Amino acid sequence: MKEKFEEIEGYIKNNDVVLFMKGTALMPQCGFSNVVCRILDMLGAKFKDVNILEDEALRQAIKEYSDWPTIPQLYIKGEFIGGCDIAKEMYESGELQELLKSKDIILS
Amino acid sequence: MAIAKDKLLELIIKEFEDAEVKITALVDDGDHYEVEICSSKFNGQSKLKQHRMVNDALEGILGGKLHALSIKTKPRE
Repeated sequence: MKEKFEEIEGYIKNNDVVLFMKGTALMPQCGFSNVVCRILDMLGAKFKDVNILEDEALRQAIKEYSDWPTIPQLYIKGEFIGGCDIAKEMYESGELQELLKSKDIILS
Repeated sequence: MAIAKDKLLELIIKEFEDAEVKITALVDDGDHYEVEICSSKFNGQSKLKQHRMVNDALEGILGGKLHALSIKTKPRE
């Protein structure tokens, strides 16, 4: 588990936006994961997609690491944002755009 | 790998006594729901914290027994 935690930390340290998801950005394999991908695409935010379906140990580890039972999971600048519902709500309220701008991830 | 609507409601009400709860089955298979919870317990809490409270109330059925649950939380004024 410690090894997997280190792998997770590597992803979130080396990428501004990370989405732990089912499938890939090009081919999501779950509706909730797809929604978050599309939102990030729409906002022009580049992100690292991590397909947890390819690694069962990572799938368990990310749930524990974030203390969050479901996938997808969104991280921005190392901070856990939430899952699909929160990302969607933040997008609809404009909060997500503001956050990405304030972190210089998308242009203002 | 499914859960009855009543059971879901019971778990939510147990944790959020004053809540107004609306549960919608997205697909009629006991496995895809949307819940809307309006409770004073959410007052002053961040969105992330509100969702964590719901996750905790559902006692581990998320990501296991239940395949898809969309959650909406609202503080109660």
